[in-house]
Amino acid sequence: MPDEPYEPERAIAGTGMGGQMDLAASEAVTLEKMPRGPDGTERPAGRPRSLWSDAWHDLRRNPVFILSGLVILFLVVISLWPSLIASGNPLQCDLAKAQEGSQAGHPFGFNGQGCDVYTRTVYGARTSVAVGVCATLGVAVLGSVLGGLAGFFGGVWDALLSRVTDVFFAIPVVLGGLVLLSVVTSNSIWPVIGFMVLLGWPQISRIARGSVITAKQNDYVQAARALGASNSRMLLRHIAPNAVAPVIVVATIALGTYIALEATLSYLGVGLKPPSVSWGIDISAASPYIRNAPHALLWPSGALALTVLAFIMLGDAVRDALDPKLR
Amino acid sequence: MGRYVLRRLLQMIPVFVGATLLIFLMVNVMGDPIAGLCGDRRCDPATAAQLRAEFGLDKPVWQQYLTYMGNVFTGDFGTAFNGQPVTELMGSAFPVTIRLTIVAILFEIVIGITLGVVTGLRRGRPVDTTVLLVTLVVISVPTFVTGLLLQLLLGVEWGWIKPSVSPEAGFGELIVPGLVLASVSLAYVTRLTRTSIAENKRSDYVRTAIAKGLPRHRVVTRHLLRNSLIPVVTFIGTDVGALMGGAIVTERIFNIHGVGYQLYQGILRQNTQTVVGFVTVLVLVFLVANLLVDLLYAVLDPRIRYA
Repeated sequence: MPDEPYEPERAIAGTGMGGQMDLAASEAVTLEKMPRGPDGTERPAGRPRSLWSDAWHDLRRNPVFILSGLVILFLVVISLWPSLIASGNPLQCDLAKAQEGSQAGHPFGFNGQGCDVYTRTVYGARTSVAVGVCATLGVAVLGSVLGGLAGFFGGVWDALLSRVTDVFFAIPVVLGGLVLLSVVTSNSIWPVIGFMVLLGWPQISRIARGSVITAKQNDYVQAARALGASNSRMLLRHIAPNAVAPVIVVATIALGTYIALEATLSYLGVGLKPPSVSWGIDISAASPYIRNAPHALLWPSGALALTVLAFIMLGDAVRDALDPKLR
Repeated sequence: MGRYVLRRLLQMIPVFVGATLLIFLMVNVMGDPIAGLCGDRRCDPATAAQLRAEFGLDKPVWQQYLTYMGNVFTGDFGTAFNGQPVTELMGSAFPVTIRLTIVAILFEIVIGITLGVVTGLRRGRPVDTTVLLVTLVVISVPTFVTGLLLQLLLGVEWGWIKPSVSPEAGFGELIVPGLVLASVSLAYVTRLTRTSIAENKRSDYVRTAIAKGLPRHRVVTRHLLRNSLIPVVTFIGTDVGALMGGAIVTERIFNIHGVGYQLYQGILRQNTQTVVGFVTVLVLVFLVANLLVDLLYAVLDPRIRYA
């Protein structure tokens, strides 16, 4: 950055995603000398602001974050209590009304089976949110534990884990889903979630490994080691809090892609199957009637796209807030 | 250079073995391959046992895997559900999917990099914001939705294209499916190029080049672009494997008889040989593409030397 004055904050942050953790530590130390926040505003004297409160400070003012946060909040609420805005039953269909368009009480019209598209679209949110959240939690926990331990201990396990992640990266995801899920006859969301965790953890473990290796080399970790801290104390108290941010960012964006993946698998007929209510199933069922009843395809597609968009935008906003290099 | 390539080739072996073994195990979980052979009825036990012995299915899985891989390296991929050799299916399916992938990659290179350069040079301007917003939307809409919508609009409503592709699948028919297949990666390429260009635009060598009085287009194409394209080339290279594997959705929408179609049939009919054979080739494509990308580094960035 040639035209900007030298700032220690930025110089430290320049080491990338792992680097901003040093920033948090250095800020705490140099607070007296630098009473300015990253946005240049006066900082109230007193307690030093951590990376997280800094990020929160930024996020509250970010319209993208507020907008996507509201969309996600709305999705979570209607997936917990869909009857709040949809009074009908998603499984109650009347073949006589098949493919009919919008009418009073049924704003989105009816699909090929004569089910109310509005009710099904509202109820479909539950499946998507549940699959997305559960798969992301599973992937994040498994990935960061495996990746974090490999990064911390290094050696043979690290080498082995790196080769295993290479193997998983070489298998196309949709293909793996088709092969594994085509045998599953159970109609719950758990096989889909299990598959996503099985094929998704290497993505997180690679990130977690990298950020643990960066955090491990910090002086305060060396100091803790010199003071005789045990491995578990170093990992949990010193390294984990400073290595978790990149994992959170990647996991938020991944949540959106898992929702899209569930819909894709359901579209291919191996994810959830009817009578489950899922946007993927509805889109798949509507595609043969695309000429006569495009609305049955467009509404669930729109809901799906909006949901994925909200999560990706939230992830983008969180990354911008946590990575001072981009400010 | 030679030693580097050799080392990389050796490193590919465990990944290749691991990935094929994984898919072999997954397919073995997939259910009874014999059941698929008898059609809709249940096989009678004697026939089933004989078929099992004939295909070596009574042996342990690791032994089946070794036998299979041994056959693969002599060019024998087994037979598909209809008695056709799998290699014959590959011969008809791979050219179609390769054509589709070429169209998709061309879209990524031409549209993605152009948009990335334009927005990267005009960061913060309306054109940048618009393109950024569009890429975000494209990333969020799953491929199968993009495909169905384009099929509805271009194929059904406006009649610009035929909604489904003929079995020959020439380049002309694959333009729209290729665009659909490329859509998400196209958006990523745009964003990646934009970030990279915007970052390098402020670098010393670009300032030097401008100060020397070089014309703008020469600064952009020779100095800026060459350095900014390194991460983009990595992405596109690794994407080749992902596109061929991900073509399954696009091929289903536009009824293209390529790799995805054959794989889908193989999975539906529980034909182990077809599925494992095609996936093995896809994994190989992915690994070789990654190797080529690493070698391309040296061409793009003269600072990188492989000892």
